[in-house]
Amino acid sequence: MSAPLMMFLLFIAITLAITYWASKRSASASAYFAAGRQIKSWQNGVAVAGDYMSAASFLGIAGVIAFQGYDGFMFSVGWLVAYLTVLLVIAEPLRNAGKYTMADVLAYRLKPRAVRAMAALSTLTVSTFYMIAQMVGAGALVALLLKGSGISYQTAVIGVGILMIVYVVFGGMLATTWVQIIKAILLMAGTLLLSILVMAHFHFSFATFFDAIGHVTYHDKGQEVVKDFLQPGLRYKPPYGPLELISLGLALIFGTAGLPHILVRFYTVPDAKTARHSVVWAMALIGSFYIMTTFLGFGAATIVGRDFIGTHGGTNMSAPLLAQALAGDIFFAFICAIAFATILAVVAGLTISATTSFAHDFYTNVIHKGVERKPGEEVRVARISAFVVGAIAMMIAIALGPTANVAFLVALAFAVAASANLPVIVLSIFWRRFNTAGAVSGLAVGLLASIGLILVSPSLMAIDPPTVTGAARHLIQAKALFPLENPGIVSIPLGFLGAILGTLLSHEPTSAHKFNELLVRSNTGLGAEKATASH
Amino acid sequence: MPEIATTVKPEQEEQSMWDRVAASHEFRDLMATKKIFIVPAFLFFLVYYFLLPILVGYAPQFMATKVWGNVNLAYLFALSQFFMAWAIAGLYVRAGDDFDEISKDIIEKSVNGEKGKGE
Repeated sequence: MSAPLMMFLLFIAITLAITYWASKRSASASAYFAAGRQIKSWQNGVAVAGDYMSAASFLGIAGVIAFQGYDGFMFSVGWLVAYLTVLLVIAEPLRNAGKYTMADVLAYRLKPRAVRAMAALSTLTVSTFYMIAQMVGAGALVALLLKGSGISYQTAVIGVGILMIVYVVFGGMLATTWVQIIKAILLMAGTLLLSILVMAHFHFSFATFFDAIGHVTYHDKGQEVVKDFLQPGLRYKPPYGPLELISLGLALIFGTAGLPHILVRFYTVPDAKTARHSVVWAMALIGSFYIMTTFLGFGAATIVGRDFIGTHGGTNMSAPLLAQALAGDIFFAFICAIAFATILAVVAGLTISATTSFAHDFYTNVIHKGVERKPGEEVRVARISAFVVGAIAMMIAIALGPTANVAFLVALAFAVAASANLPVIVLSIFWRRFNTAGAVSGLAVGLLASIGLILVSPSLMAIDPPTVTGAARHLIQAKALFPLENPGIVSIPLGFLGAILGTLLSHEPTSAHKFNELLVRSNTGLGAEKATASH
Repeated sequence: MPEIATTVKPEQEEQSMWDRVAASHEFRDLMATKKIFIVPAFLFFLVYYFLLPILVGYAPQFMATKVWGNVNLAYLFALSQFFMAWAIAGLYVRAGDDFDEISKDIIEKSVNGEKGKGE
């Protein structure tokens, strides 16, 4: 048995043990959906970091920096500073005013069924798209990382899918939280070790390290090229590069605070103060990690090199190949296992946020008007929907295949979160006049604008040469109608506009009447959901 | 219909409790204290962050200016963003203790007030 496979199995065994332990503590709804609101601030902070730092960060950003230098590091910056929006604007009001989902905050003073139906649609869109992107990536990666073990793409997707379903169905939020905590600790440890090894390679001299980044050599179409990888412009070129950078920044800054799987984490702590402290914990970890992408990415560019990575699995293998080059096969296996843990923790977080939204928002509150017909029904529906969501994501990921271009799904998830979710949450908390029509039109416009603009963006619309075949071909073979891959710069203002116009064109005195209640509750915590005693 | 009358009444009383708190001196004080910190901090963060993609996008030559060895302005400015975010988060946690104290007062007063009225 190969070393990576053994480490994978070890991780699986530990997480299954945790799931078994958590399953005995996840009977009630508050225990299942919110871990009894008993998670400590450091635990939640680490879990937020584990929920957020996906394989796209660990393998993807390291790869982008290894291939396109400084421009890749721009991602790292945006992924951290976005947490200031979460910290300053969203986390505490959300914890004070809600119960299990972001729709709770909207339903507080608006007509619950209408806003919950739209919010559930938006949540499910963001979560499933993001999940499919992760699963396609996971399948391709696991197959690559475990090369030689005879595990195919399909087997890998099914394995990842079954594990995430087991965590969520049996262990609920408590198991998901601990899977995320363990993954975050592993990821930080692995990244730190790798960074130290990179610096050891340069005899702990930053001058030597940055000097090497200034002369990265690789071959482009047979020609040897020497480039300064610390200079901007290798990825984002004129004419649309600058706009693309700003649009990406907007999607990250406003989208992170609208990602359902991040938002649900703030319901797992006892109060707003703990929520605030947990964001700061998360920022400490996430920030340290993204600063270290300097060593991972530029280390791979200088020590391993583009040419070698390109012929040994491509950009996503930059970090594992760097580990192999620096410390051999066992360390390579360790880094592969971390990548695997990373994928599992993120898909589990996505699954639980999707199923919570379906069970709590759609099933209980939209279909059954807020009444549980039998005790425990909401949790039972959530468990069933975890199966369904997981199975659908697995089937779509298998149908798309390992070569499908899925990066746009991540951009789409952030765009919908920023253009649909964030505007209505913010307006609901801060604008007295805001009403149901505004929330529904804001969510609808933000959702449609994001999807529409991505459909006609260069991610899905381009003319491929005949050499490109199968799933790697663009969906629409024509020149893109919208020039940017990230629609945020257009779709976020549209989302706000939809919400504001919808409000101004309608009249709903009850929502303004209940504004004081939401204002007081979200700012003071008066009447907020309490932690439930563990049994 | 008497059922409707009884279900509506507590709702109205509840509402008036929230309105009373919202109009109270302490609550206004809390909102003012929060605003003084959060609004400037958020605006500063937006301006500071978006300067990065704008400068990198529209003035790449300037940002490529070398400051220390091969380390350029672009990298240093990007790195400074992390410390900016941590600094604001640190300051916010300190300010947050004040928010919590005022909130605690408000909650205690309103709970006691409701009890007093019921007796």
